[in-house]
Amino acid sequence: MAEPLYRLSISELAPLLATGEVSPVALTEELLARVEALDPGLNTYVTVDADGALAQAREAEARLRRGQGTPLTGIPLALKDVLITQGLRTTCASRILENFVPPYDATVVARLRQAGAVFLGKVNMDEFAMGSSTENSAFGPTHNPWRRGCIPGGSSGGSAAAVAADLCLGSLGSDTGGSIRQPAAHCGVVGLKPTYGRVSRFGLVAYASSLDQIGPITKNVRDAALLLNCVAGHDPQDSTSVDVPVPDYLGALARDIKGLKVGVPKEYFGHGLDPEVEAAVRRALDTLVSLGAELIPVSLPHTEYAVACYYIIATAEASSNLARYDGVKYGIRDEARNLLEMYASTRTRGFGPEVRRRIMLGTYVLSAGYYEAYYRQASQVRALIRRDFEEAFGHCDLLATPVSPTPAFCLGEKVADPLTMYLSDIFTISANLGGIPGISVPCGFSSGGLPIGLQLLGPPFGEATLLQAAHAFEQATDWHRRRPPDF
Amino acid sequence: MALTPEEVRHVAGLARLDLQPQEVELFTRQLNDILAYMEKLQELDTTGVQPMAHVLPVANAFREDLVTPSLPRDSALKNAPAREEGAFLVPRVI
Repeated sequence: MAEPLYRLSISELAPLLATGEVSPVALTEELLARVEALDPGLNTYVTVDADGALAQAREAEARLRRGQGTPLTGIPLALKDVLITQGLRTTCASRILENFVPPYDATVVARLRQAGAVFLGKVNMDEFAMGSSTENSAFGPTHNPWRRGCIPGGSSGGSAAAVAADLCLGSLGSDTGGSIRQPAAHCGVVGLKPTYGRVSRFGLVAYASSLDQIGPITKNVRDAALLLNCVAGHDPQDSTSVDVPVPDYLGALARDIKGLKVGVPKEYFGHGLDPEVEAAVRRALDTLVSLGAELIPVSLPHTEYAVACYYIIATAEASSNLARYDGVKYGIRDEARNLLEMYASTRTRGFGPEVRRRIMLGTYVLSAGYYEAYYRQASQVRALIRRDFEEAFGHCDLLATPVSPTPAFCLGEKVADPLTMYLSDIFTISANLGGIPGISVPCGFSSGGLPIGLQLLGPPFGEATLLQAAHAFEQATDWHRRRPPDF
Repeated sequence: MALTPEEVRHVAGLARLDLQPQEVELFTRQLNDILAYMEKLQELDTTGVQPMAHVLPVANAFREDLVTPSLPRDSALKNAPAREEGAFLVPRVI
């Protein structure tokens, strides 16, 4: 074979597994060996489950022999460590959950298991998905495979870096303010955040419940469609999952994009956008035009308020969601003289500084006397941001923008200044506030050799159109085929 | 609306967090930077705008009230730092 197995995509491997040309056990062994050899330099995995993965691979092999496989049977994946896995430690990259072994599976995990996927392990992230760099992990930062010493993005940085370095074939991450799309862009891979309600959040450890959504991080758009086909759909266990029919996302890839109306929001191309990122995204827009798309200038006038709005709503929800970590039901406990001291001591030792900062911010904006000025105002601004999108999608099919204003920055560069870190989320946050889907696809490199991503945003439940356009773009370019030189 | 170190200590108390003296100073500065940035939202006139807590129009998601198996008690208790007689054990409250 021309290429080693770990280099292939899910959709390239699926037929080889189905015919028996490739054994899932051999494939899993190859990836586990690669993880063991290369991961110490990147720190993408929090937990590697070699025994579990090999057992799943053997089951997959038997199932494939019976001719009962799916396109995901025997495919080795890595799961962001915020998705709970029965019998396999789930830490959320936090000390407070360092010993937590969940008694059941998240719905997405159960669906992948049913399809016969193999789980290599759990991958690194910012603690409780709070961060844009994967530096806020109790288990140390993850490095960018394109340049050690640079961040992989976050919070699903372990997922994106592991996919980019061929340490798994695909991953599921979660996206609350860009946490799938931004690391995908920084690592040169594909990341899809579905519409709020498209994928069940049951078993996704909650950060900000009205914004969180699970989605795939993969080597190409076809693989993202394959994973979405498996995990999308209504789940009675999640009352916010929506009962809307799931189309065949793979089928959508066959369509061309002639006549597709692509909105270009002027607010996403202004001050603060790195010139190399802008140039790469503008070239991507030209490519879309060459494929038959029509560019339409649009305006999303409330974009400049999105970061402030998000960090009020997200932290408010987080302060409530993270109240459950009290040393009683699971996780670590600090012994103390009384219950209140036990709570405070456990939480202070268990949470890292960014999580404590966000809990305090959220507690403050919800507290008596400040609720109206902060939380209520933010909820109203959120409605205006949603309205901006509704108006834009009144005259275009999707929007095209940068993912992140700059390529990946250096580890440590923004740690001391949380506000600067928050501002780097400017282009991804609005989609979460509006509940709409977005995808990041590789569209170029900086002069320093770091990947740049193109973001496409769609109307609610417009994943098929997003995947169709992203796939057409990918077919016309070869950015997604580039691999980090050291991997 | 600048936060004082006393307010930061109060908020930490509400959130059941302890702060070291040097952390009070650091968090006061950082939270004030962030809150100053959030003042930006006050530029907008939101009179008459219905607040959006959630993007979905779903108000209530009802299901039939059926008896179904739930997580076995042992599984639910397995991760507890302390347990006794089928219950979570905590330090004496009264």
